[in-house]
Amino acid sequence: MNAVAPLTQGAAVVVQGLTRRFGDGPAVLDRLDLAIAPGEFVALLGHSGSGKSTLLRTLAGLDPVTEGSVTRPRDVSVVFQESRLLPWKRVWQNIVLGQDGANRRDRAASVLEEVGLGHRVDAWPLTLSGGEAQRAALARALVREPAFLMLDEPFAALDALTRLKMQRLVSDLWTRHRCSVLLVTHDVDEALLLADRAVVLERGRIRTNLPIPMERPRRHADPRFEHLRGVLLESLGVHDD
Amino acid sequence: MSGTLIRTASPVAERGRGRPVWRPALGVLTRYASPVLLVLLWQAACSAGLLSTRLVASPVQIVATGWALTRDGTLQTNLLVSLARAGAGLGIAFVAGVGLALVSGLSRLGEDIVDAPMQILRTLPALALVPLFILWFGIGETPKVALVALGSSFPIYLNLHKGIRSIDPKLLEMARTLGLSRARTIRDVILPGALPDLLVGLRFAVGISWLMLVVAEQVNADSGIGHMMMDAEDFLRTDIILVGLAIYGLLGLASDQIVRFLETALLSWRPSHRAARSA
Repeated sequence: MNAVAPLTQGAAVVVQGLTRRFGDGPAVLDRLDLAIAPGEFVALLGHSGSGKSTLLRTLAGLDPVTEGSVTRPRDVSVVFQESRLLPWKRVWQNIVLGQDGANRRDRAASVLEEVGLGHRVDAWPLTLSGGEAQRAALARALVREPAFLMLDEPFAALDALTRLKMQRLVSDLWTRHRCSVLLVTHDVDEALLLADRAVVLERGRIRTNLPIPMERPRRHADPRFEHLRGVLLESLGVHDD
Repeated sequence: MSGTLIRTASPVAERGRGRPVWRPALGVLTRYASPVLLVLLWQAACSAGLLSTRLVASPVQIVATGWALTRDGTLQTNLLVSLARAGAGLGIAFVAGVGLALVSGLSRLGEDIVDAPMQILRTLPALALVPLFILWFGIGETPKVALVALGSSFPIYLNLHKGIRSIDPKLLEMARTLGLSRARTIRDVILPGALPDLLVGLRFAVGISWLMLVVAEQVNADSGIGHMMMDAEDFLRTDIILVGLAIYGLLGLASDQIVRFLETALLSWRPSHRAARSA
């Protein structure tokens, strides 16, 4: 407990002793402790079934907290693997969905401009490409000015080139907005390119907590990158020969 | 009739742009050659006395009778009566069907209360209720409108209920993470998402409303297209009966077009509709 306390002081997100099980099965999350500092970018890695999606859903308020405690800022946003735009509302209406106040369209347009979608403000979502739809989903998350942004494998369904562009975009947006970010990903390189810290989850517990002390922009060719990549792969049980 | 046929054929002509002009025209010709030929054969058989006009009137005679009925106002009067009945019945069905579907689609309790009886009732053929309706409501307008309303409320209820229940749960989750209130979620996510199904239901309902009306107007009525046809039966006027049939056919066609138009106007976000419009 004492070891956790200093870390959680002033943290934006604090998870303590979070346990979650479905039915009588094994715990999906097992007495999990995690703290994310304001403005910190954390990548959450792990195999399928390691509990990372459950953790994100709990933090997003989609799953209940039954054991343990979760503290998080009031203003949070989530970007899922699928854009989840409402197909019957134009892109800008999707961005400011549920937002009140005047000049909603202007606000939507400016944030769409920021993610490089200024030309699709009035488009129907079903006409967007996969990358464009995810940009719109990012815009919808950012327009709410979240203190804590959750990204649930947001680029997993995109092609490799689009994914690179999107990673750069997220990096830029985070540099500008400086919110806390939790990125759930399968991609070790993505974690190393973007995050301040990588957390590897295994059977509902944190197996590795690895700071990534590299300045940005980061390069794959950096020897430290190579080293950290090996460490992360090792902890995921993949041996990089 | 022919005007409608040519209109539905026009996209073919447009798609044929760039090809020789006679090609699409020929396509239209061959497409409709068979029905036109059948009508000509029908006319020829009647003129030659091969078909008794006591069994079926000739096309020329049908057109003439239709014109005569229009001139003395019989057709319009009966048509208006029929339209009013169908309209009133459909209106009631729409309100009842949508209301019940909202109750059972939006709450578990509502579903428990509403859905089971609706699922049981829908298996009853509505037309079998005619004797009961006459006992209950007499032979005035009420049983006719009630029959139309009853028959057409089921497709509206069933389709809208299905539409509400099959909203993508991922979109509902998204609405929760955006902090949308229940009312906002219903207005912005659930209802627009169920609209395509509601329109499908409406299309079925319109078809069923004409079916109900035909029966209701032939069982007991002193006006309406069905009554006009039953009256003609007593005098062996097959021409009038066939005019009535043609009117029913046109009404069905027209109401279907109206619902199609509604679909195009309300579901413009769907790629298929945009493609159809820009073609």
